[in-house]
Amino acid sequence: MKFNNESWNGFKGDVWRDEINVRDFIQSNYTPYDGDESFLVASSEKTRKVWNKLTEMFKVERERGVYDAETKLPQTITTYGPGYIDKENEVVVGLQTDAPLKRGIFPKGGIRMVENSLNAYGYELDPMTREIFTKYRKTHNEGVFSAYTEEMLEARRSAIITGLPDAYGRGRIIGDYRRVALYGTEILIAEKKHFQKRLDIQEITEETIRSREEVTEQIKALKDFEKMCAGYGFDVTRPAKDAREAVQFVYLAYLAAVKDQDGAAMSIGRTATFLDIYIEKDIREGKLTEEEAQELVDQMIIKLRIVRFLRTPEYNDLFSGDPVWVTESLGGMGLDGRTLVTKSCFRYLHTLYNLGPAPEPNLTVLWSERLPENWKKYCAKVSIDTSAIQYENDDLMRVEYGDDYGIACCVSPMKIGKQMQYFGARANLAKCLLYAINGGRDEISGVQVTPRFEPITSEYLDYDEVMKKYSQMMRWLAKVYVNALKIIHYMHDKYAYEAFEMSLHDGRVERIRATGIAGLSIVADSLAAIRDCKVRVIRDERGLAVGFEREGDYVPFGNNCDSTDKIAVDITERFMEYLRQHETYRNATPTQSILTITSNVVYGKKTGSTPDGRQGGTPFAPGANPMNGRDIKGAVAALASVAKLPFQHAHDGISYTFAISPAALGKEADIQVNNLVGLLDGYFTPTGGQHLNVNVFDADLLIDAMEHPEKYPQLTIRVSGYAVNFVKLTKEQQLDVISRTINQSM
Amino acid sequence: MKEIVGKIHSIESFGTVDGPGIRFVAFLQGCPLRCAYCHNPDTWDITTKTKYEYTPQQLFDEAIKYKNFIKSGGVTLTGGEPLMQPEFAREYFRLCQQAGIHTTIDTAGSIVSEEALSVLEYTDLVMLDIKALDADLSKKVCGNDGRTTLRFLNELQKRNIRTWIRHVVVPTLTDDDNSIKSLIEYLKSYSVVEKIEWLPYHTLGVFKYKELGIPYRLEGVEAVKKSRIEEIKLFME
Repeated sequence: MKFNNESWNGFKGDVWRDEINVRDFIQSNYTPYDGDESFLVASSEKTRKVWNKLTEMFKVERERGVYDAETKLPQTITTYGPGYIDKENEVVVGLQTDAPLKRGIFPKGGIRMVENSLNAYGYELDPMTREIFTKYRKTHNEGVFSAYTEEMLEARRSAIITGLPDAYGRGRIIGDYRRVALYGTEILIAEKKHFQKRLDIQEITEETIRSREEVTEQIKALKDFEKMCAGYGFDVTRPAKDAREAVQFVYLAYLAAVKDQDGAAMSIGRTATFLDIYIEKDIREGKLTEEEAQELVDQMIIKLRIVRFLRTPEYNDLFSGDPVWVTESLGGMGLDGRTLVTKSCFRYLHTLYNLGPAPEPNLTVLWSERLPENWKKYCAKVSIDTSAIQYENDDLMRVEYGDDYGIACCVSPMKIGKQMQYFGARANLAKCLLYAINGGRDEISGVQVTPRFEPITSEYLDYDEVMKKYSQMMRWLAKVYVNALKIIHYMHDKYAYEAFEMSLHDGRVERIRATGIAGLSIVADSLAAIRDCKVRVIRDERGLAVGFEREGDYVPFGNNCDSTDKIAVDITERFMEYLRQHETYRNATPTQSILTITSNVVYGKKTGSTPDGRQGGTPFAPGANPMNGRDIKGAVAALASVAKLPFQHAHDGISYTFAISPAALGKEADIQVNNLVGLLDGYFTPTGGQHLNVNVFDADLLIDAMEHPEKYPQLTIRVSGYAVNFVKLTKEQQLDVISRTINQSM
Repeated sequence: MKEIVGKIHSIESFGTVDGPGIRFVAFLQGCPLRCAYCHNPDTWDITTKTKYEYTPQQLFDEAIKYKNFIKSGGVTLTGGEPLMQPEFAREYFRLCQQAGIHTTIDTAGSIVSEEALSVLEYTDLVMLDIKALDADLSKKVCGNDGRTTLRFLNELQKRNIRTWIRHVVVPTLTDDDNSIKSLIEYLKSYSVVEKIEWLPYHTLGVFKYKELGIPYRLEGVEAVKKSRIEEIKLFME
């Protein structure tokens, strides 16, 4: 195909004109920036007016839990006409529903979830809507539960597998929203039709039928999207003609995605350097000032900060603080050795000053030792001032994902527009260890969750016996887990297909099946204890191991001790191998993450005492973190332990969350910046760690915020893989964060 | 030759306050002084059995694991008084320097034996803790009149070794304007001194005294305010 458009005059490069290829457009046209932040400007008066208005509304939202909610109309791309916050001051427009902070409903995912969420906040679901989605229209949730096996239900109930997307949108799919700005929908639809034609082959298979139907859905969604944009006065059928339109179109495309789906994580991709091309061109041609450029960025970020979904309180326990994971990946290096850092990367981070800190969008810096020094220092400064950004290892990921990948959700890399993910939450490997000891009976409920395995009956645990039984149990867990995911994703595709997001992907998309594990450091510590000490089992009247007594010491994970750390490495690899033994739905590539989100607290609650000395009910460490207080050699030793975890067996990401007091980072501001840069450079070597959350604050501040939440509306902290408003966490989660902060800053 | 084994109280792999850059810090066991405000009283007794007993090579092997992190920082020996284990310190620093790693010792200079001074041969930076210039005051602070510290400073000058002076500012004890000003005056003739760090007294270590059953001499003295340190810095201008 050969496309052409007059909006493209002045841009360089050819390949992107012949095919859908945003990367080529970026590579041919962007301007790397290695200067410092001195060019940045404050927010405009218009921006402040819009933000101030929202700030008042946030107060109400914090008090009530939700500001307002839809009770009748199911959300689609075109359910609502245009909505505004403060029309005359909005430079970037578009709302999810007809009013800011009003939450829409997505009954295709599950009607019960919608009803429970509404009830939790004092709303009543319209009876007609309920009837439609119980009587006439089956939901994803209903589909999944009609096919789940007994074993799956039991595994789910006992929380050895948690957070499965069987009642809500799976998310973790990033549409290439930039395509709308670069090509306009007319070209995108033509390309989709072209792809569909190729699906007319000799032998129609189930997969071909499905693909053909899906493409039709995608085209329909693009047409709906055109209507939605026309309502706001924009013609998106053609490419954006300047920076204003480019920013607006990218945002509108993202907006259509969050109108269409309430996925767990709705990430935006990698937009800053793409948009920078338009912004710099307009500035060069005298059509835009720096003030106006920052205003565009600020106002787009405001919009990304107010994306909302209606969730149940149980959901909030797992993924707390109202996260959307509007993850934007910034910076990184290109394959040709030029940095992908542009002035707009700075402008994005600068919103944390102009608007104050916030958890969304989930700003993610792709780190490489070769990044410009000025950028590195600015990032470190922003971290120290706001604790709102996370870092991921570009040198590690670029090898496989190229230089146009983005992070979905917390830590999951994917090639934008080319790969999608079947999200699968996570399995509890610490509980799995207890199942190995107890022959598959749950240590809390006593229920036989797995088929009967031979329990361990000796008084003292024998390492070889435990390892053997644990391997069997992991193999069982992997089986139940991946089979459940097949059902979930089959039903999601069937009943809640992400037509719009997928319309912004290549026709032949690569699929990734992402599972996850929780409790890795507990497992490593437990196995080290069993190997290096004498661990006696305490059994209750049911004959279940409910406590452990240890004689002697072991070196916990997180102290850079090879003999313990290699257990964690081995378990990661072993579980991944069990996962790989199974077929995947639609030939997805299997991966896993070591990530917990905030569910480390809930996992802890639902898991009995473990052989490492952890008391039943106490929180797990988040993500791949060492257990709280056990890493006694300081942060670098802990990082070194985590960096050993093999990315090749945890391709969906390895999350490490780090908290430090400003004083422990150095005595003066510039020294703190340099030390943080040094820490990041040290961690993100080409064979180093994958992800790092950086929190810089004193525990005292958090304690005060817990007592006086009204004083800290914008206090933002990083938890495993995303950021939250500290005051929106549950009390238990707040205490967990505080206790980890105290231990790490001593 | 008998093998040298260092008694190490603890290790901090992310040291940011004991020398420039990110540092791999080892706290050595044993100290001849008994400073009233010491926040590591658990490092005093050199006969205590320690968590780590390493040869210089073993400690070096541990440090070199962090070479990516400490490349613009280095290693620091502190304590306790690291010069109480001079052979260990000297050999460890030799290995580090040989591998291109920057070495820093944090000492009160209370030992000026030939052995102790030989550590300096492999030392890039000395952080010298002067308790008090005045002999009586010094005695009151740490039980020692502090003359060896000043002799140690002379040795540093003689050997032309980069030096940072540290001085703990303790309300009611070492924070009167005159003694601070005279310390500043005294240091002016030493060209090796690059920097004076005024360390504010804090009470974070007090709980350890209770644990160890040692009476705490500064009971009731409050931590120093940040503003006071800023004031003192102005004296230097």
